[in-house]
Amino acid sequence: MINRTKAIAKKEIKQLKRDARMLFVILFFPVFLLVIFGYAVTFDVHHIKLAIFDKNKTEVSRDYIKSFTESTYFDIVKYLDADKEVKETLDEKYAQVVLVIPADFSNTLATGSQPTKVQFLIDGVDGNTATIIMNYVNGATRSYSLKIQEDYLASIGGKFYQPINLEARYWFNPNLESTKFLIPGLIAMILIVTAVVSVSLSLVREKERGTIEQINVSSINTLELLIGKSLPYIFLALLNAAFILTAGYFLFDIAIKGSYIWLFITTLIFVISSIGLGILVSVIADSQQIAFTIATFASLLPSVILSGFIFPIDSMPLPIQIITNITPAKFFIVALRAIVLRGVGPEAFWDQLLYLILFGTFMLTAASIISKKKARAV
Amino acid sequence: MFSIEVNNLTKKFGNFTSVDEISFTVKQGEILGFLGSNGAGKSTTIRMLCGILAPTSGDALVGGYSIVKEPDKVKLNLGYMSQRFSLYNDLTVEENINFFGGVYGLAGKHLKERKQWVLEISNLVGKEKILTGSLPGGIKQRLALGTAVIHQPKIVFLDEPTSGVDPISRRNFWELIHQLSDNGTTVFVTTHYLEEAEFCNNIILIDAGKLIAEGNSKKLKTEYLTNSIIEIECSRVVDALGILEAQNFVEETSIFGNKIHISVKEYLDYKSKIKNLLTDENGIDVKSINKIVPTLEDVFIHLLEKNKK
Repeated sequence: MINRTKAIAKKEIKQLKRDARMLFVILFFPVFLLVIFGYAVTFDVHHIKLAIFDKNKTEVSRDYIKSFTESTYFDIVKYLDADKEVKETLDEKYAQVVLVIPADFSNTLATGSQPTKVQFLIDGVDGNTATIIMNYVNGATRSYSLKIQEDYLASIGGKFYQPINLEARYWFNPNLESTKFLIPGLIAMILIVTAVVSVSLSLVREKERGTIEQINVSSINTLELLIGKSLPYIFLALLNAAFILTAGYFLFDIAIKGSYIWLFITTLIFVISSIGLGILVSVIADSQQIAFTIATFASLLPSVILSGFIFPIDSMPLPIQIITNITPAKFFIVALRAIVLRGVGPEAFWDQLLYLILFGTFMLTAASIISKKKARAV
Repeated sequence: MFSIEVNNLTKKFGNFTSVDEISFTVKQGEILGFLGSNGAGKSTTIRMLCGILAPTSGDALVGGYSIVKEPDKVKLNLGYMSQRFSLYNDLTVEENINFFGGVYGLAGKHLKERKQWVLEISNLVGKEKILTGSLPGGIKQRLALGTAVIHQPKIVFLDEPTSGVDPISRRNFWELIHQLSDNGTTVFVTTHYLEEAEFCNNIILIDAGKLIAEGNSKKLKTEYLTNSIIEIECSRVVDALGILEAQNFVEETSIFGNKIHISVKEYLDYKSKIKNLLTDENGIDVKSINKIVPTLEDVFIHLLEKNKK
């Protein structure tokens, strides 16, 4: 049994070594994806384009404006001089937000009898970004307003008193960087795509070239064949995972907080259950072309949309939540976030491992039923 | 004891009967030519005998094991090589041998010895590191046969092993098959080339899933074909064929290059009759008219025509 499995695995490795293009794709494509996704997919909004229409033009108004430029959140792109320019600036998308400071800004502030009004005009096309801009603008204005209050109180000898001081801390991802949250999903996506595609292609290739027949008539059994075929790809996938985590550490500063052993075990189980999906694809498809299409479709789409990688599963409608179980990435991401970001032990994610094993078993059972049905029909 | 014993073997795919209750036996060390047109059920029969396709009904003992009850044991005793040269083109000669050796459970010294044997019979000693894909067809085919019998099986199935190979390579290949047979290996071979069938100890002809003739080539030519075959060499072959087909005394016709074979019930003096018909009445230039010993092709055309009726 071991000899025959070894023969298959050895052959597979030699074929892979000779297929430089495939090997390159499997090994370097993931890091490439990580870099692209890591930098492009981020929900943090920085460098908001801000245009300013300062009708007041005093030291006070300039001081207020300065409070926006002190962070990396806003870049002032334009100063406006006339009302009609405001509309133009937003229409032509020169700026995402326009701040209009009224002419009586400094005077009203100085009398202190009633609050001053400032106007923000925000481009609301991208609702998500608009909300974030709103919050930033709000925060910046509020803290500026507080500062004035403090200064005023200090000038008349009073002391500023805030009844409740909110001190919020974000755990596990203190700076709320979305890359930290996204990287585990990215690892899951890359691993499942490479595992499913490479395994299904390698199995279907034997079918297409007729070499599978030669193997079928030998006394080798299906289990030996599948193990021998999968082993090299399991190894490659683990290597891939190591690559991505290393790149994640150096490029995005993501350190693994939890246990390396559990990280290894979890990844191994995930890769094996993904390979189960790859085997199922290889049973359905009869040509490499079809296998490639089904494999990318079945692995990529669900792992991006339904896995909780980007869109939180809890906020999906119930029927969709049930459908999310079609991708093992869903379970892996939960476990991976637990290990990498929270640094917790298996007690926090053992159920996810169980789901992964269940998923793999289900895939292999389906593959074996379909392949038996197909053999009868040929 | 027979090496292969087939009893009423049948395979149906839905309503289509691919193999229809065939029975035959093959002795140990015999070369059996299994002939039939495309879609006659040759490959299906081989797949059943190799234990990779379960029959609908009937059974066969291959190397003493039932293909229905013990398909896994059947596989231990056989080698299989198909028309598609099931070698990996992206592996070297040696890697292919190692792989198939490994798949058949060979290891260590035994594998080394057998590897040497495969290299020798395929004339590849010293060329172990060449990629299989770059080998010429004839050599590749010998290598494929070598790897198919690397585990020294008692029976080897060859499914159209010589299709698409040049005549000299084919002849060399058949020498190899005879070597195997001399060493006691049963060889079950399908082919489209009827001249190859002459090399077989025994021939089976199937058509539409049914066994329609069985015996050695001499027996087939004498027992199954009672008609006489006359060979006519002439100009305007197609016109001549049309004229001859219309005659009452002609039973079957076929073209072989610039010659026509016709089969007639009894060989009387047709020579002058044909010459009259073609030359005098139709102006066709007749070079020769001879009664000939029928070829296997004549026999098969006769049998297939008869089966159609």
